[in-house]
Amino acid sequence: MVKVRCLECDRELNVPDDAVDGEIVTCPDCGANYEVTHSDGKITLKPAESIGEDWGE
Amino acid sequence: MSNGSNGTSISIVFDRLRWEEKELLDKALKLGYNARLVDAKDLVFSTDGILKDTNTNTSSIYKPDGISLGDIVIQRCISHYRGLYITACLESLGIPTINRYSVAETCGNKLLCSLALAKHDVPTPSTYFAFSAEKAIDIANGLGYPIVFKPIVGSWGRLVIPVKDREMMESIVEMREEMPNPLSKIYYLQEYVRRPPRDIRAIVVGDRVVTAVYRYAAEGEWKTNIARGGKAEPCPISKELEDICLRAAAAVGGGVLGIDIMEDEARGLLVHEVNNTVEFRGAASVSSIDIAQEIVSYAMKVVRA
Ligand SMILES: Nc1ncnc2c1ncn2[C@@H]1O[C@H](COP(=O)(O)OP(=O)(O)OP(=O)(O)O)[C@@H](O)[C@H]1O
Ligand SMILES: [Mg+2]
Ligand SMILES: [Zn+2]
Repeated sequence: MVKVRCLECDRELNVPDDAVDGEIVTCPDCGANYEVTHSDGKITLKPAESIGEDWGE
Repeated sequence: MSNGSNGTSISIVFDRLRWEEKELLDKALKLGYNARLVDAKDLVFSTDGILKDTNTNTSSIYKPDGISLGDIVIQRCISHYRGLYITACLESLGIPTINRYSVAETCGNKLLCSLALAKHDVPTPSTYFAFSAEKAIDIANGLGYPIVFKPIVGSWGRLVIPVKDREMMESIVEMREEMPNPLSKIYYLQEYVRRPPRDIRAIVVGDRVVTAVYRYAAEGEWKTNIARGGKAEPCPISKELEDICLRAAAAVGGGVLGIDIMEDEARGLLVHEVNNTVEFRGAASVSSIDIAQEIVSYAMKVVRA
């Protein structure tokens, strides 16, 4: 597990070591969604897009 | 490169990574193909081709020869419009894409989908379309309640509403008229189908119904969508079910599709829609068929065709 802080509420989030780019991590405290990205071999989080009207199957 | 692959490469284009996309990648790699996930949000196209694909984590500019996404793309965007227009770009570059643009366009829009089903004589609930607030209310009052209102673009049962009476219909229309999205003012009203508290989701891959599940509505829910907590259970594929699924798939142009079917108490099976980027985690959890593997194998058949 890699520990990263929530950009909204600063809670410590656990990201699996094998998480791939684009995978979603949700903060259990504030509900913020993040996309996992790798830069320089390190896992970082970027805010995920919020749900759109045209989302779905 | 292992046998079967012949160096064939496949891209799975996504915008929000779900279990399904990882499963598709996994099965494509296991089958020996050159496979990768490509974030749609990193893609840039031009009239000269694919300009840049930052998914490789480099800023290299590809030659606009359209080969960087490989031999075939499985388009899996969660955003309908993003997926649709990426498919348009890919097709114009000559890259085979699953599903094709015309299929994505039809399935992503409930009005077009209902028209396609009706045109091809696939049994479907009676559905009405109106293009003004006034006519929408007239239709509902004329047909009587309950009646089902649906946004023409959208999924997971969001804003699908069993409308109970005139008052509720008027509130919905008033709300839709206030919305900035022009599609909010295209009204789609469907007869309320008397059905058991479940529907059927079948997955068609090419010319085969690979699996079918019943989706039971969650406690206290009317809608049966898995995304709303609905539960999947295996559903036997009868001749009748297989037949209606293949006809529905053909009606929208074929490919990898999720067919949604209701069991009307009087008329039997009715197809209410066909989905373009089918979610199959729920179905996979109760099915012995490897759905992702079926999809990848189909993609390879399309490449060779
Ligand atoms: N005409 C109808 N009569 C009765 N129940 C209906 C009707 N239309 C839809 N439903 C119920 O509501 C659910 C959602 O409707 P529908 O599938 O049209 O919406 P959706 O947002 O496109 O969902 P999906 O994720 O399946 O694409 C259906 O699965 C079904 O259980
Ligand atoms: Mg749908
Ligand atoms: Zn948080």
